Amino acid sequence: MANNNKWARILVYAVLIYAVIYYLLPLYVMITTSVKTTEEIRTGNLLSLPMHITLDAWRKAWGTACTGVQCTGLSLYFWNSVRMVFPAVIISTTMGAINGYILSKWKFYGSEIVFAMLMYGLYIPFQVLLLPMAQTEGYLGIAGTTPGLIFVHVVCGIASTTLFFRNYYVGIPDELINAARLDGAGFWRIFFRVVLPMSLPIVMVTFIWQFTQIWNDFLFGLVFSSGDSQPITVGLNNMANTSTSVKEYNVDMAGAIIAALPTIFVYVVAGKYFVRGLAAGAVKG
Amino acid sequence: MIQSTRPAQYGFAERWLPRLVLAPSFLLSLVFIYGFVVWNGYLSFTASSLLPRYEWVGFHQYARLFANDRWWVAVFNLFKFGVLFIGISMLVGIFLAILLDQKIRFEGFIRTVYLYPMALSFIVTGTAWKWMLNPGLGLEKLMHDWGWTSFTFDWLVNPDMSIYTVVIAAIWQSSGFVMALFLAGLRGIDDSIIKAAQIDGATLPRIYWKIILPAMRPVFFSTLMILAHIAIKSFDLVVALTGGGPGFSSDVPATYMYAMAFTRGEMGLGSASAMMMLLSVSAVIVPYLYSELRRGSR
Repeated sequence: MANNNKWARILVYAVLIYAVIYYLLPLYVMITTSVKTTEEIRTGNLLSLPMHITLDAWRKAWGTACTGVQCTGLSLYFWNSVRMVFPAVIISTTMGAINGYILSKWKFYGSEIVFAMLMYGLYIPFQVLLLPMAQTEGYLGIAGTTPGLIFVHVVCGIASTTLFFRNYYVGIPDELINAARLDGAGFWRIFFRVVLPMSLPIVMVTFIWQFTQIWNDFLFGLVFSSGDSQPITVGLNNMANTSTSVKEYNVDMAGAIIAALPTIFVYVVAGKYFVRGLAAGAVKG
Repeated sequence: MIQSTRPAQYGFAERWLPRLVLAPSFLLSLVFIYGFVVWNGYLSFTASSLLPRYEWVGFHQYARLFANDRWWVAVFNLFKFGVLFIGISMLVGIFLAILLDQKIRFEGFIRTVYLYPMALSFIVTGTAWKWMLNPGLGLEKLMHDWGWTSFTFDWLVNPDMSIYTVVIAAIWQSSGFVMALFLAGLRGIDDSIIKAAQIDGATLPRIYWKIILPAMRPVFFSTLMILAHIAIKSFDLVVALTGGGPGFSSDVPATYMYAMAFTRGEMGLGSASAMMMLLSVSAVIVPYLYSELRRGSR
């Protein structure tokens, strides 16, 4: 029995390690490919180690690769994404915090309906919004601009940020709020002095969730931005689909890693909050 | 000392402030989500093509949509993709979660590795898998170098198989997520139940099959909802990996909608296909949300 058990454990570890390799292999291939020369990609294979490590592909992906007609690399797109992601995340997180505070601690007649409305909004396929939104942004004169893109991300992000904060604030005892109220604190005072200081974990979760969602978005970037406001995902896709005489997979892979670095960084540094956000997103329905 | 959980008196401002502060979000979603759904619905009954033309044509666009081969290819692709992606991700995720639940050393590290693809953009995943699966230099060359010279893998350029490359990449990206959700669920199960069953002489696989997995039904259900949601929304991965091709063999409704509305100048068809997506999602979500909200308010 004990012997049997030992073999079972070895088998479990073997399968788990096999899965580790499965998940890591694409990352290995991306990194090694990005430091190879095109010549070496042709002669070697997916798993072969690079003979001469070179950062040429990285330089090209960042500064000179062609994304369609223009050949300025991904740097432009990267900074577009940075300029878009921070305002969008900060605005949607702030609104979510205040909404969640109201929907949990200041319920009023009809507030549950607003909540149900926001919830359903989480599940609407964004395809139904694209055409009217494109028209409206045209009227408003923000079509194809970074503010226009930020606006879309905020409108579509409020539902999930509100939900995150509401579910968290429901756990704060009402007695605490009532005590503060008896002491004469009002709506804002309670929010800033009582609720907000307790909110660090959920602020982190929401911030990271929104950052990942918005940084990784492609659909809105594709539809609502143009030329000099396009985000990195659109830039990467354009680069990978620009036909050149020789397909430069090393440049594509360097570009893909550049596009992935910010979210990978967040995941490595604040993985705990990232996982909690995924779980919170999971119970959102 | 007065002990009271009774709310203090609301002042006039205190009564109206919450409504006032919530109003912008309410209006934003009322206009820019619900209003736009109605607007898009209206568009789908008009003759809009390159530009919106608000001329009522009834169900004409829907009739065209249902007569359109490309639309049906997209629908069946979503069906194939959805079933395989959800089914396999679930199996892999649950299996790994159960294995990881056996007091494994380095569990934290292993979990981190399984879950990192979820932090990536589907565009990054698509670009990477496009390179690995490309016929010629990718997987095929690797197998040839390893001595399996008759190996061919042309799914990326094979119209019959291209949608399955999307399945492969999507499973890689999302199965770790399923693992994380189930592992969290498993950790929530009371150890004493397992101990009691062991004393009764039940084997571990039997305990999992008969006791633990049935107790995980809520997790199973919400994971299913999320994966279904990811599947229906899938757009980025298809664009990055196959571009909907070869031809339109790997189109899904989301890429179909985009193509019609923004590149082919068929706004009416595009909005009609978007409405079909909304209706299918709603058929699943509305009963689900209704039951969840009722449960929540109880």
